[in-house]
Amino acid sequence: MANKIPRQVMPEQSPQERRNNFNEVPLGYPEETAVLEAQRCLQCKRPTCVDGCPVQIDIPGFIKAITERDFTKSIQVIKQTNTLPAVCGRVCPQETQCEEKCVLAKKFDPVAIGKLERFVSDYEREKVNMPLPETAPANGKKVAIVGSGPAGLTAAGELAKLGYAVTVFEALHSPGGVLVYGIPEFRLPKAIVHYEIEALKKLGVEVTVNRVVGMGETVDDLLDRGYSAVFIGSGAGLPQFLEVPGENLQGVYSANEYLTRANLMKAYRFPEYDTPIIRADNIAVFGGGNVAMDSARTALRLGGKNVYLVYRRSKQEMPARAEEVHHAEEEGIDFRLLTNPVRFIGDEKNRLKQVECLRMELGEPDSSGRRRPVPVKGSEFRLDIDVAIIAIGNAPNPIIQKTTSGLSTSKWGTIIADENTMKTSKRGVFAGGDIVSGAATVILAMGAGRKAALAMDEYIKTGTW
Amino acid sequence: MHLIHSNELIKPTLGRMVVEAPYVAKYRKAGQFIILRINEYGERIPLTIADSDPNAGTLTLFYQVVGKTTTDLANMKKGQSLKDIAGPLGHPTDIRNYGTAVCIGGGIGIAPIFPISKAMKAAGNKLINIIGARTKDLLILEDELREIGGEMVVCTDDGSYGKKAFVTGALEEIIKREKVDIVVAIGPVPMMRAVSEMTRGYAIKTFVSLNSIMVDGTGMCGGCRVSVKGEKRFTCVDGPEFDGHEVDFGELMARLGTYRGEEAESMEHHKCRLEGVTGHGK
Repeated sequence: MANKIPRQVMPEQSPQERRNNFNEVPLGYPEETAVLEAQRCLQCKRPTCVDGCPVQIDIPGFIKAITERDFTKSIQVIKQTNTLPAVCGRVCPQETQCEEKCVLAKKFDPVAIGKLERFVSDYEREKVNMPLPETAPANGKKVAIVGSGPAGLTAAGELAKLGYAVTVFEALHSPGGVLVYGIPEFRLPKAIVHYEIEALKKLGVEVTVNRVVGMGETVDDLLDRGYSAVFIGSGAGLPQFLEVPGENLQGVYSANEYLTRANLMKAYRFPEYDTPIIRADNIAVFGGGNVAMDSARTALRLGGKNVYLVYRRSKQEMPARAEEVHHAEEEGIDFRLLTNPVRFIGDEKNRLKQVECLRMELGEPDSSGRRRPVPVKGSEFRLDIDVAIIAIGNAPNPIIQKTTSGLSTSKWGTIIADENTMKTSKRGVFAGGDIVSGAATVILAMGAGRKAALAMDEYIKTGTW
Repeated sequence: MHLIHSNELIKPTLGRMVVEAPYVAKYRKAGQFIILRINEYGERIPLTIADSDPNAGTLTLFYQVVGKTTTDLANMKKGQSLKDIAGPLGHPTDIRNYGTAVCIGGGIGIAPIFPISKAMKAAGNKLINIIGARTKDLLILEDELREIGGEMVVCTDDGSYGKKAFVTGALEEIIKREKVDIVVAIGPVPMMRAVSEMTRGYAIKTFVSLNSIMVDGTGMCGGCRVSVKGEKRFTCVDGPEFDGHEVDFGELMARLGTYRGEEAESMEHHKCRLEGVTGHGK
């Protein structure tokens, strides 16, 4: 039966339509489609898909509930181990996680686990008034969470359920971290993030915004004033630049700045919102990851006529999800592969006008196992551009590391933490997410937040470090 | 929300606001800044903290009315609130006993120089203040600075008040007269550049405080990057003060002009809205 039903396609806005708006691109499964897709699951006795999930969701369990049309039960199964399913169903790289391990994938297309996860979480948000999850009685202990991204929110939720008084400190004016400043509306509607944060508040989690821990009050101060433990999830928020000439011209953005202006500050609705962003016809994005795709697709929606994606390797080596690359291509992003920028050229007013690039070819594999791009001699050429967006990665934000005593860090500036307990070198302090792993995925950060919450509970109860 | 205790234009284009922000008032040090957002539609703008009252939990902020956000700020009334204040941000000024300290404030830069003058005096320095502006109407905090003590030189470009001179001229007189150990200069970029160029000749250490365009203020966006000694530095987390002899002021000035067109558009939209042509639906 299962292998007779093809993998169900999720309806989407057409490329022509969506390149002119910021609405979400995939529209979600209708109920019948979701049930049909759920019936494809073989309900394996030893489900390998679960091994592929960083938070070990009972995947066959939640899918079975969908086939029984018990969507409330389905979401409850997911929520046992995943606090943010509406987010994960949208932004997780399922193709390299659960779906890659799906038995069906050997012969057919894997079950659309991510799309089903999204379906039930949307069903919950839109149709059901879910009762609050059961929480342990208040135990009178305070814990602090630094950063309200996926790691921090997950840790906060788990600790609140265990009976802790949880305070989340967020540097920006709106909680959510990369989910609100980085990932665009058309991929993750902000209403969903707000819904999830409201749910945490109902659990008793307190969120203090505009609070940069380390500036003013430090982690040591938090421990001194009665927090039994602190979790640091301050993220990979330090943009890397190409370090080529002309990078400080007007019109050259880091992807963080470009996306923060567009997403968090809603510059795409300027001048209704006050924050400006340069709107231009010719825009180049440098990089090949999800952030580069997000930047390019945002630039297109801000009216870009020619949006180039300049990447020094070939499409095969791109770290972005296949779905994002596909969406970007459909929308008309002009991929300039095996191309590397060497300098930016401005006019007399220091405004960006051109980028000079070199063509590359692939040589021997490098330390990442990917073939190293090598410049082709004499292949310089120029692209006319008014805006450049650098999306080549982020380093860990250094504020906490610089201001906390006794916290060990790696040579990359990440905080060193035990991979199972997320304990740092400092008693009472745990860390997880990009601040430990370097820039990675939402789900890995959530997994770390969950592990940390359990270890924090253990530490506070036993007092043993 | 942050309750406004007082807000007035003390000069035609200079506003002074006292606003509640107990956490910032408790922790802030001379040289640090905040980022504020007036309301849900607002942009995040950095303002240096001029003074604070930890007991009352308030900050004193000065702003120059130049664009849409600062116009909105000027229109805020006592009893209303600002949506967001994040801070303290940036490194505090490196305050110590240098010997003789000359603190120079130009125009709106007089506000951030005020807490630094106070702290330099308290650290035991012989303090000399120089304040300057294009014209008398742009001079602020003269009495407050005099109260700190030390020598005070006031100059205006047009001679409408004090000496008819640039602050660099006043500074050079002092340097020729006595040994100066540290100069702190805050004001318009051309002024900070001119001061730095002059003190370079005399090999006097000079701090300048930069007012780069920034969004988050935590090192995340990189919009405030400046070239210092040829390297990229972020004003928000590496500054806001840098060695004036190492800053690429030309580049800073160009970057400050990035949104000139959008700023004009925003003001235009604002005027339309006030005249009822379009609205936020608030």
